Amino acid sequence: MIHKFKMHGSNIVLDVNSGAVHMVDDIAYDILDHMDNSDEEIVNGLSGKYSRSEVMETLAELKQLKAEGQLFSEDFMEEYLAEHGPLSHSQPIVKALCLHIAHDCNLRCRYCFASTGDFGTQRTLMTAETGKRAIDFLIERSGTRRNLEVDFFGGEPLLNFEAVKEIVLYALERQKVSNKNFRFTITTNAVLLNEDHKKFINEYMDNVVLSIDGRPEVNDRMRFRADGRGTYEDILPKIMDMAESREQDNYYVRGTFTRENLDFSKDVLHLADLGFKQVSVEPVVAAKDTGYDLREEDLPGLFREYEELVYEYVKRHRESDGFNFFHFMLDLEQGPCLIKKLKGCGSGHEYLAVTPEGDLYPCHQFVGMEGFKMGNVNHGTDISVSISEMFEKQNIYTKPDCKKCWAKFFCSGGCAANAWQFNNCLDKPYEIGCELERKRVECALWAKAVEACE
Amino acid sequence: MKHIKTINAPAAKKDLKNSGCGECQTSCQSACKTSCTVANQKCEKR
Repeated sequence: MIHKFKMHGSNIVLDVNSGAVHMVDDIAYDILDHMDNSDEEIVNGLSGKYSRSEVMETLAELKQLKAEGQLFSEDFMEEYLAEHGPLSHSQPIVKALCLHIAHDCNLRCRYCFASTGDFGTQRTLMTAETGKRAIDFLIERSGTRRNLEVDFFGGEPLLNFEAVKEIVLYALERQKVSNKNFRFTITTNAVLLNEDHKKFINEYMDNVVLSIDGRPEVNDRMRFRADGRGTYEDILPKIMDMAESREQDNYYVRGTFTRENLDFSKDVLHLADLGFKQVSVEPVVAAKDTGYDLREEDLPGLFREYEELVYEYVKRHRESDGFNFFHFMLDLEQGPCLIKKLKGCGSGHEYLAVTPEGDLYPCHQFVGMEGFKMGNVNHGTDISVSISEMFEKQNIYTKPDCKKCWAKFFCSGGCAANAWQFNNCLDKPYEIGCELERKRVECALWAKAVEACE
Repeated sequence: MKHIKTINAPAAKKDLKNSGCGECQTSCQSACKTSCTVANQKCEKR
């Protein structure tokens, strides 16, 4: 399988199974549509556009790449999976937890999937004791895995920062004797962010995700307090200070775009213009009746936005004024291994979420769905085998839409929670999400190709 | 080659031999929390 596309005057070809990427001229681009035909048929079919010698010369190059396994290469994964089974463990290994340290929030963001912080349940805070049991659970369930991750999430984690501190220090104490290496992340709206938080976060957190949507009016339309006041003015200096204190690395400013700012590239560039070097602005995933949900008819405009954004992105990198945009960061050389590409985020088996009460769910987006409760860290280390198996057996070859998709090895099958939310099953991905992901991958491939040609 | 410039030519099949140690970062923990992109994740072995 190949995927070819044109962007900003370039012709790009991806050989899906090998991962090879080529930039080709117009003749090669046109011939690729006819590679099943005989040489004569190809020459005759394109005779109005190209001479025989041009076609034959190009065809020879394409055939050479095919012979080298870099074009139309075979899909060997199906055979591999048939031989090795569903890639699951008899005892699922858990290596990452999302700790919902606070089911409470000081904001009332309209698009919040956590029902403005409480996940549709009571507003509660996790005790340090429950957090410590979560750390014990993670160490116990992680088997031989050394690198373990804990993300402090909410609601708003700064509403319960003393517990965050206690849990981090406990984990570090336990890692000394358990041969583990903890990595911590915190996601915050930055409203309460102060010097003490900053100091602790910079000392102990590998990554910090700072929520801001972009331009002031865009941010404040969605992200406001209980009394309706916007947040942009208050959070911006704090977020800028935080980013600077981390030397513009190991953090993300993280925004969400909705139907109300379909021109989201302006928000990305607004954040970049402010000096942020690590930016992630992502599409909202919202139910149809919200009004701000992204719809099929919005896609052509959103595709143009991504294309314009990547053009500016490359231009700024070229002018040494670049920034990283999370979804354009593609590592073609040193990226994840094939098994990781097959299985994606690991929700429901490698990666679980823990509520303030200690309940375990397949990920933060399943929290509150009673049928997906998998256990409780205060009641031992057992988790629901039927739920973890249901998630663990998923891979891009168990999902019919993914199996035939050219972008499968880049996105790894999409978000399980989105699939459940829109299609009520885990093996049919959320189509609008897929469309946007494919466009982002095209943009990222174009950026890589341009970079390689300079 | 005159008509084709290869940007990247990995050998995916070879990659399998050294695959699946699971020590890398969980993709959803990195920045997104709502969408899955793993192609920008780093391999711990490299």
